[in-house]
Amino acid sequence: MAGRLPWVLVLPAVVGMVFLTLPLAGLLVRAPWSTLVERLGEPHVLEALRLSLVTATLATLVCLLLGVPLAWLLARVDLPGRRLVRALITVPLVLPPVVGGVALLLVLGRRGLIGQWLDATFGITLPFTTAGVVVAEAFVAMPFLVISVEGALRAADLRFEEAAATLGASRWIIFRRVTLPLIAPGIVAGAVLCWARALGEFGATITFAGNFPGRTQTMPLAVYLALETEPEAAIVLSLVLLAVSVIILAGLRERWVSAP
Amino acid sequence: MTLSARLVVTRPRFQLDIELEVAAGQVVALLGPNGAGKTTALRALAGLTALSGGRISLDGEALHTLAAERRPIGVVFQDYLLFPHLSALDNVAFGPRCRGASRAEARRGAAVWLERVGLTGHATMRPRQLSGGQAQRVALARALAVEPRLLLMDEPLAALDAHTRLEIRSQLRRHLADFGGATVLVTHDPLDAMVLADRLVVIENGAVVQQGTPAEVARRPRTDYVARLVGLNLYRGTAAGQQVSVGEVLFSVAEQLEGPAFVAFPPSAVALYRTRPDGSPRNLWQATIEGIERHGDSVRIHLAGPIAAAADVTPAAVADLDLTPGQRIWASVKATETHVYPF
Repeated sequence: MAGRLPWVLVLPAVVGMVFLTLPLAGLLVRAPWSTLVERLGEPHVLEALRLSLVTATLATLVCLLLGVPLAWLLARVDLPGRRLVRALITVPLVLPPVVGGVALLLVLGRRGLIGQWLDATFGITLPFTTAGVVVAEAFVAMPFLVISVEGALRAADLRFEEAAATLGASRWIIFRRVTLPLIAPGIVAGAVLCWARALGEFGATITFAGNFPGRTQTMPLAVYLALETEPEAAIVLSLVLLAVSVIILAGLRERWVSAP
Repeated sequence: MTLSARLVVTRPRFQLDIELEVAAGQVVALLGPNGAGKTTALRALAGLTALSGGRISLDGEALHTLAAERRPIGVVFQDYLLFPHLSALDNVAFGPRCRGASRAEARRGAAVWLERVGLTGHATMRPRQLSGGQAQRVALARALAVEPRLLLMDEPLAALDAHTRLEIRSQLRRHLADFGGATVLVTHDPLDAMVLADRLVVIENGAVVQQGTPAEVARRPRTDYVARLVGLNLYRGTAAGQQVSVGEVLFSVAEQLEGPAFVAFPPSAVALYRTRPDGSPRNLWQATIEGIERHGDSVRIHLAGPIAAAADVTPAAVADLDLTPGQRIWASVKATETHVYPF
C-alpha cells in the first residue's frame, strides 16, 4: 500500500503503546537494585511467592478439572437454555472481584448457605484459609479457561469425531482420544490465561480469604500492604510478579499460545 | 450378508428417498451430480445423519435403531479424516481398540492391515507426512480393520491427482474383491463407478433414476445426466417399427420397437456436411454450430437445432469443412450406430 500513514491512527497507537509500557519501565527504573538480592531473600517475600505460585497452580488445576467438561457441555451438547448458562458463567469475568469475594462469603462463609452445612457436617471452613484463596482465585479465573476451551472446541473439525464414532468410539472415548488431543493448544492457552489471572488475583482473595502472612497473603496482597509501610519492598515484590508472569508467558507463547 | 435399506431424509428444501439392496461381496456405487443426496445417503447408512423414515437392515438385523458407534460398519471419508495426532499404525488400531481389543492386539492387527495396503514402512508416520495415495490406503486399512460387514466410501478417489488415482483405483478394486461384506461407495466420477462397482445406482434430486450393471447403464442411459456421464447423445421419441420420431427428426434404426422409446448414439457416429447430402431424408437434420472444443484426439462440435447433439470429428474435418460457431450445417447419423430401447 502506498501513501503516508494516517496520523489519526498512528498518534493514538503510539500513545497507547507508551501508556502500556511506561509503568513497567518505571518499575525497572525505580527498583532498588543495590539491595535487591537481600530483599528477595527475606522470608516473608519468599513465603508470599511460594503461596502465590501454589494457589495459582491449584486454582488452575481446579479450573481445568471443572472448566474443560463445562466447555465441552456448552460446545457439544444441545442444552436447553444454553445461552443463559453461558451468560451466567461469564459473569465473574465482568464482576468486580471484591463483589465476587462478598458473594463467595455469603455462600461459603461460616454462616453462608453452603458454608454452614460444610462446617456442621465435615468441619470444613473455607474463608480465611489457603483453600479459600484457591476457591477465590478459581472463581475469578475459570471463565477465562471455559471461554478459551469452548472456542477451541467450536473451531475443531467435528468430522474427526464422526470418524471416531464410525470406528466404534463412545462419546467419552471420542472426547479423550480425539477431541482432547485436537484442542490441546486451546486448553494450554486457556490454562495460561487462567493461571495468570489467578496469580494476580487481589479483590476476591482479600475479601474471602483475608490477609494472613504465610496462609492467605499472596504476592498481590503483600505488594499492597508493603506499599503503605516500605514502598521499596513493594517495588521488589512487583518486580518478582512481573518477572514470573513474563517468563511463563514467553515460555509458553512460542509453543502454544500463538498456535492456531 | 445383505444390506437392504429404504433411506428417507427430509430437509427444508430437499428430500432423499431411495431404496438400496446390496448383496454380500457386492459393490454398489451411488452415482449422481452434486447435491443429489449421495453423501446424505451414505451418512444415513453410517448413522451420522438421522433417518426421517425408512429402515436399514443388514442380514435381517435392524441397523437404523443403533447409534453410529454400534453399527458393524467401516467408513472411508472423502478427505480420509485420519486423526492428525496419531501415527498411521495407531489410526488403524483405533477402531479395534474401541471395539475391545487390547492395545497390543490392536497394534498387531493394525500392522497386518498396513502390510496388506503396502505401508509397513510408514507405520510410525503422522498423517501429514503421508502422500495423498498413502493416506487413502491408511484410511481404507482403518475402515477394514474393524472387520465391518458394511463398507461405506465417500468419494474415495476424489482427493487424488490423476496419476495416483489410476494406481489407487486398481489397488482399491483388488481390496474390494477380497472384502466379503457389502460395499456402498459414493462417487460423481463415472470411471471410478464403472471400474469399482458391480452395480450402479444413479441418484438425482434425492431419488433413484436408474440402476443396473455398469454395462447396462453405459449402454442404455435413461436421463440426460447419465447420458452426459457415459458420453452419449440421448433423446426421447416415439417408435413405430424401425423408425423413431424425435420432434421433427426421423431416425431409422436397427431395432424393432413400438411406443415411447429412447434413442442413443455416440458423438462419433454423427457426420457433418456443408450441403445437404443426397439420399434418404432419414437420420438427417439441419443444425447450427453452437460451440467447438477439443476433446481428446478429436474435436467436439456442439449442435443446436431441432435436436441438441454433440458430434466428434477429426481436426482435419474441421479444417476441410471450415467449421465456425454460428454456421448452419447438415448432420446425419448411421442407423447401425443408433441404439433404441423402451422408455
